[in-house]
Amino acid sequence: MSRLASLPETWDVLIIGAGPAGMAAATVTASAGLSTLVVDEGPGPGGQIWRAIMTTPVMSRPILGSDYWAGAPAVRTFYESGATYLPSTQVWSLDADGVAGLSADGVARYVTAKRVVIATGAMERPFPVPGWTLPGVLTVGAAQGLLKTSGHYPSGRLVIAGTGPLVWLYAAQLLAAGGRISALLDTTDPGARLAATRSFPAFAASPYLAKGLTLMAKVRARVRVLRKVTALAIDGHDRATSVRFRRGAGSEEQIPADTVLLHQGVVPQVNLAMAAGVPHRWDDRQLCFVPELAPFGQTAVERIAIAGDGAGISGWEAAVERGRLAGIGAARALGISHDSLPSPDAPIRRLRTLARPRAFLDVFYRPAVAFRRPAPETIVCRCEEVTAGEVERAVEIGALGPAQLKSYTRCGMGPCQGRMCGLTVTELMAAKRGVSPAEIGYFRLRAPVKPITLAEIASLPVDGTIVKAVVRS
Amino acid sequence: MLARVDDRHQRTIHISIDGRAVEVRAGDTVATALLAADIAACRISAVSETPRGPYCLMGVCFECLVTVDGVGNRQGCLIEVREGMAIETQSRRREAGR
Repeated sequence: MSRLASLPETWDVLIIGAGPAGMAAATVTASAGLSTLVVDEGPGPGGQIWRAIMTTPVMSRPILGSDYWAGAPAVRTFYESGATYLPSTQVWSLDADGVAGLSADGVARYVTAKRVVIATGAMERPFPVPGWTLPGVLTVGAAQGLLKTSGHYPSGRLVIAGTGPLVWLYAAQLLAAGGRISALLDTTDPGARLAATRSFPAFAASPYLAKGLTLMAKVRARVRVLRKVTALAIDGHDRATSVRFRRGAGSEEQIPADTVLLHQGVVPQVNLAMAAGVPHRWDDRQLCFVPELAPFGQTAVERIAIAGDGAGISGWEAAVERGRLAGIGAARALGISHDSLPSPDAPIRRLRTLARPRAFLDVFYRPAVAFRRPAPETIVCRCEEVTAGEVERAVEIGALGPAQLKSYTRCGMGPCQGRMCGLTVTELMAAKRGVSPAEIGYFRLRAPVKPITLAEIASLPVDGTIVKAVVRS
Repeated sequence: MLARVDDRHQRTIHISIDGRAVEVRAGDTVATALLAADIAACRISAVSETPRGPYCLMGVCFECLVTVDGVGNRQGCLIEVREGMAIETQSRRREAGR
């Protein structure tokens, strides 16, 4: 029997996502005595960074590293906070009145919260290259989740391709777990390296430099790393069998692969917040849409705040602090006195420190244009199988933005609801029209932001106003 | 093709994939179970009907859609395996009502 059915109807605070930010926010509000409901679509707490932290079969601590194990005390504190936690529960709608549609185990229902904190975190940036839809091609984040959740790692010929800290972190974790990597194709843009010089001093002053260099040295000692990769394609019939690539302006090379892992950074998950009406803006440094937020994560929608990487990518330590601030903000808004809440000063100071090295990472690992705006034959929308060329053609015949593009091509209208193509579409259309991505905007998102069955809709309680809306008197 | 670090002994669970009995570990997701059974493709795509398999494993890409205990289009990466669970790949045309 689903726990949803017996759940109270109204809550002081609803927190969506049980990662670092969501747990930190819930810990603050529940400890302040506010009724706090935390829902998460995953089977356990921790989000992606601390995925399966309470159940992972990988008990040898050096494999996943200290950043991972930092999650265990955070989860224990969260469990002891008094918040009600619902795992394996989807939030398929959220509106400005704090009404959220939940579903779990085939049952759906609405709850209402006076304050909502969206802490749905990040997802990996789309990496559209020819062949990225073939079975056997996964993201680096997927492989890392597999390792955390079940201790699994790819055992055949493995090629990792892309850029960003996660590439190196996962490669090191995989080697420590006993895995092997045939080749690491580094797509880091040499031009970006140069542009990042200015922000290097702040990065060098942070612990990330030593951490990053250590990881890279570990990987380089055991893996063939091929740098300056400028073109990438995956070949195979029913599944991936090889990777074709170019280094610099060099000629095409090919290596066999049973599994290919792709990654080029992470971006905020925006679907739920956008569908709830939260205004977002284009971030030219992180090349993605981020919500417009006040210091405690508040949005233009009074009841809704956003914390964690969904508020802009800044890593798990910042996510914890932003979660605390969102929790404090929500509690204050509900009339809890400042004295009975933690002070926001420490999180604010810590966020300032954590922000300093971020500019370097954003610029240094900025994916190359060729991997953000792919060649015409490349599939951009995986669900509806729309290519980059078809997106550009739609612009030629008059599509001004993503909304028109949908009706021309069905791009973004499949099960993932634009998650896997949205940013590519924005950048392709902007370049084709010669305007900024900000002007193009993003898909217009609407509930349900997660699939819901007719049976689940039928299980919703019916009230008089709904009946009146469809029955003529 | 997956290998496994297994420091903590997990309970074994019995499920079926397309009618074939498969042993998996407690805590694995449906998508993990498929990959561990070397089933890289779990469905065909809607337009060109080409094989697709799990891609993001974090609930975002909707590539790992499978039929779980008779309910179609479930996100395999978000569902933990349960004793007796029947998983069916969606590698042929869908039937109405599933």
